[in-house]
Amino acid sequence: MTDDRSTAHAATSGAPAGPGDHRSGADDAPLLEIRGLSKSFPGVRALDGVDFRLHAGEVHALLGENGAGKSTLIKVLTGVHARDGGEIRLGGVPIDAADTADAQRLGIGTVYQEVNLLPNLSVADNLYLGREPTRFGLRSARRTAAMARELLAGYGLSIDVTANLGDYSVAVQQIVAIARAVDLSGKVLVLDEPTASLDAGEVQTLFGIVRRLTARGIGVVFVTHFLDQVFALCDRATVLRNGRLVGERRIAELGRLELVTMMLGRELEAAQLHRRRGEGPKGEAFLAFEGFGRHAYVNPFDLEIRPSEVTGVAGLLGSGRTETAKLLFGIKEADAGSATADGAPLRLASPRAAVAAGFAFCPEDRKTEGIVGDLSVRENIMLALQARRGWLNPLSRGESKALADRFIKALDIRTPDAEKPIRLLSGGNQQKALLARWLATEPRFLILDEPTRGIDVGAHAEIIRLIERLCDEGLALLVISSEIDEIVAYSDRVLVLRDRAHVGMIEGADVTVDRIVGAIAAEGPATAAGVPA
Amino acid sequence: MTARNLPLIATLVVFIVAYALCAMQFPAMLSLRVVANLLTDNAYLGVAAVGMTFVIISGGIDLSVGSVIAFTGVFLAVVIRAGIDPITAFVLVLIITTLFGAVMGAMIHYLETPPFIVTLAGMFFARGACFLLTTDSIPIDHPTWDFITSLNYRLPGGGRLTLVAMIMLVVFLAGILVAHFTRFGTYVYGMGGNRQSAELMGVPVARTTVAIYALSSGLAGVAGIVFALYTSAGYSLAATGVELDTIAAVVIGGTLLTGGVGTIAGTFVGVLIQGLIQTYIIFDGTLSSWWTKIVIGGLLFAFILLQRGLVHVAARRRAAARMAAA
Repeated sequence: MTDDRSTAHAATSGAPAGPGDHRSGADDAPLLEIRGLSKSFPGVRALDGVDFRLHAGEVHALLGENGAGKSTLIKVLTGVHARDGGEIRLGGVPIDAADTADAQRLGIGTVYQEVNLLPNLSVADNLYLGREPTRFGLRSARRTAAMARELLAGYGLSIDVTANLGDYSVAVQQIVAIARAVDLSGKVLVLDEPTASLDAGEVQTLFGIVRRLTARGIGVVFVTHFLDQVFALCDRATVLRNGRLVGERRIAELGRLELVTMMLGRELEAAQLHRRRGEGPKGEAFLAFEGFGRHAYVNPFDLEIRPSEVTGVAGLLGSGRTETAKLLFGIKEADAGSATADGAPLRLASPRAAVAAGFAFCPEDRKTEGIVGDLSVRENIMLALQARRGWLNPLSRGESKALADRFIKALDIRTPDAEKPIRLLSGGNQQKALLARWLATEPRFLILDEPTRGIDVGAHAEIIRLIERLCDEGLALLVISSEIDEIVAYSDRVLVLRDRAHVGMIEGADVTVDRIVGAIAAEGPATAAGVPA
Repeated sequence: MTARNLPLIATLVVFIVAYALCAMQFPAMLSLRVVANLLTDNAYLGVAAVGMTFVIISGGIDLSVGSVIAFTGVFLAVVIRAGIDPITAFVLVLIITTLFGAVMGAMIHYLETPPFIVTLAGMFFARGACFLLTTDSIPIDHPTWDFITSLNYRLPGGGRLTLVAMIMLVVFLAGILVAHFTRFGTYVYGMGGNRQSAELMGVPVARTTVAIYALSSGLAGVAGIVFALYTSAGYSLAATGVELDTIAAVVIGGTLLTGGVGTIAGTFVGVLIQGLIQTYIIFDGTLSSWWTKIVIGGLLFAFILLQRGLVHVAARRRAAARMAAA
């Protein structure tokens, strides 16, 4: 694969060097060169003297935590923002894109995470918006369609181009967006988190298309949160941090740890990732579920919840992890088994009942099931507590302010003030505010569904530390995650799910990545896989 | 493909069925004379509705239409009384109304103000300007004017296709051409689909927004001229609420109020449906004219329900397609 790309590059650029040679040398003229780029917004220095070089025919990862300046760099490059200082050269010629259309004319095309095309127009119209072939000043729909078919054929896509774009899957829309951007610009393609909403197969298709483009000599800037994809696809990486350049590296010479360290700017202490375990049971179980389940949802299971204990939940997507959480929180009512709290029967018929019993639940999809974007950080934090108190007994503004300030401080939620709309915060800070919302109700049992999904590496570590701290303070936690490493890091015991059934509980010193993966992958019925003797 | 055209087809079916029912009761309604009168009586509404269709497809709204029509009439009456030639007056008033719309469009874009608010202000402003010119109903009397109003094309069967009806038909044809066969038209649809995306795709959003509202007010000016030719008078209180009739015609014509979807042809049928109801009421002779409003209200509800249903079906089909692809 690497050879393919290198040869192709050598062919297009006419470089005499052998495979991979051009990438090591900074000598040959880059396709795109940014020097000393600066950009400030009121109160924030978003970019501070950043350099960036992109060669023809390479995939160049642009990495950094949220707020590192990736988006700003791309927006300045593509003409969305005007720069304050510095120089951008494309093919050796200084450029200054006035807007996105201008950037496209110059040769820089962009595809954003959410497909920024128009679902209500046809595929062909989307491809040629603003530059349709015209006859006597009028658009020719037939020629537009013919051109669109031919263009997409080059991407291995054969679809009805007169149908509305919105009728197609996100993956197809993504390819159409790329086809449009490349056709418009033809020199540099910026992909801003293009894989965020694609499944594994679609990601591979996308990678194939990117490789075809680099073979044609197009330089690709690839922005992503997924480090695996960086190593799978990219030739080089530039890392930004707090608006400054940290460095540029060849991927082949870059280790994972080094890359993460560059992004975070601090050594990840190994000790931080492993919490002490195996101190035995931490007090009596206060919650017990027996034969708890729901037909065609989650098979009946037994579960005991103890204070100061983190129960990790591992399993593949669709194995019943979120379903278990929803059952425990009363979002779906169980039709089998019983639940007891402190020995007394507990009926979990609704989330309200669960909240009354001291449960709290942070759902997986933060944006649609968690935050209320236009409400302030303070209002988001007080929401659950207010709901618990009822509308007849409102929190005073002073009380809610004090509450919000306390949690903003305690959880280190980075916001200028409590009144800022929560949608303006980064993903990690939104997640912490959601946690604060539930912690404000002083729960005994906290369920977290994928608490670290879609947040950057630094906030990731903070959330993990927070989970551990809450546990030390006596809270019982149930944490669902797809990241086995992460589960191992904070769990006292791990519940393993497969095909909507609880198939094992791994405890104490046995909580290792190998054991968990083994239990998930084990064949056959729910054996004692991973359960210590 | 069919889902895209379904609202238009539904509107057409409603019109044909309604017309057939009317014709069964009053066979005289089938005559060309009635059809010609239908066009003449609703010409000003149709012309304004073309502009409104563009505005609504782009995701906006223009509440100033009725006031601009009234202003045009009053302006024409006043300046013609003052001795200005009607043709010159037409040119003047079209310049004024188009500029008025352009200013509203500029405010909407550059001040990032919702179109509802800006055009609401425009509505009060234009209506106020009428009263500034005169509070009376002024008849228009001028040799050229009489000549213009007398222009018509005699249809077989005794009907006359008046100049105003012809203007409306020309405006509709031009509207269809602009909507579907020019870049401006695609930009309008694009902005209605997703304004931010359209901007990122290189649509000149500022220029297009200004042009859309300039077009709407300019056409409201044309509608005002048509209305003045139709009534031969200018009156400050004329055409109150016409903007709402226009919006109703556009929505009944299958255009989504959320923007991005709709056709000029559909609006034409929407206007005809409104006209048909009025014609029926006139033929019946015993019904109050308020029945028009009631039927329009019922139709609006029906079409909004139909559109919600279509959106729902489209979403389900998309989900199904995704499942099949996976």
